[in-house]
Amino acid sequence: MEVDAAKLIGAGLAVVGLGGVGAGIGNIFATTISSLARNPSARSIINQPMWLGFALVEAVALYALVIALMLLFVF
Amino acid sequence: MASPIEQFQIRPIVPVEVLGVDASLTNSGVLMLIAVTGIVTFLTLTMRRRALVPGRWQSVAEVTYEFVAGMVRENVGLEGRKYFPFIFSLFMFVLFGNMLGMIPYSFTFTSHIIVTFTMAAVVFLGTTVIGFARHGIGFFSFFLPAGTPWFVAPILIPIEVISYFTRPISLSLRLFANMTAGHTLLKVFAGFVVTMGLAGFVPLVFVIALTGLEFLIAFLQAYVFAILSCIYLSDAIHLH
Repeated sequence: MEVDAAKLIGAGLAVVGLGGVGAGIGNIFATTISSLARNPSARSIINQPMWLGFALVEAVALYALVIALMLLFVF
Repeated sequence: MASPIEQFQIRPIVPVEVLGVDASLTNSGVLMLIAVTGIVTFLTLTMRRRALVPGRWQSVAEVTYEFVAGMVRENVGLEGRKYFPFIFSLFMFVLFGNMLGMIPYSFTFTSHIIVTFTMAAVVFLGTTVIGFARHGIGFFSFFLPAGTPWFVAPILIPIEVISYFTRPISLSLRLFANMTAGHTLLKVFAGFVVTMGLAGFVPLVFVIALTGLEFLIAFLQAYVFAILSCIYLSDAIHLH
């Protein structure tokens, strides 16, 4: 019983990392938008690092999700 | 109602057993064969009538080729030309796997960590072998870049070694987690549509939007997988 409760609490705590991911993705797109506003012709150069950064940050969210799912279903 | 995890279950289609080892053709294997056949057919058929001014289908194939070729050129440089076929196959296989998984009632083989880990392990072992073949024992200087003050070496070397060895794990986990999480999310939201009755209209809109996002993610993850392989290859060739 207590173990089950601890699992649920742990899974909930594991996804706290999403706050940081939200800040990170927000930061990436905010900088992209402000760079594009300053220099719209640089779109083709900016796009590649933006998507790469987006995917790398998003992966952190999914690591948190994997840990949460492992706590819930594996242990 | 079916659990959201059920879609990832591997079912044998043609049961085969070799020396007590279960080697059945599973739904995962069938989808991999479809992906490989699809890539080969796509490239052969589109490039059968080669014209100087490409038609519609030929330009699709040329855009795909040029996309990956540009990626290799920008990240690895001229020495990367040799490895272009490998990066191209990797990109196409992951892309077709992700996209075939978006067809309803099909199966996403990239949502299994053993599939993605095998690909990541091949990339990791391959780049390490290339690094040692090109630089010999000098490849170890990768873990201590030139010009580093000697007193940070005891901290820097373990960090660099650990970050080097977690590469295959992070590379495989990224693709696997993206695919698993995306498909589970779609299934969970689809469950809301059924249980909420008339108000299920709201989650239905979300499911449509999420499907669009999933197509973006499916392409983006194939792209990221290929580009990170390029970056690892470039590290092995140029040592930082």
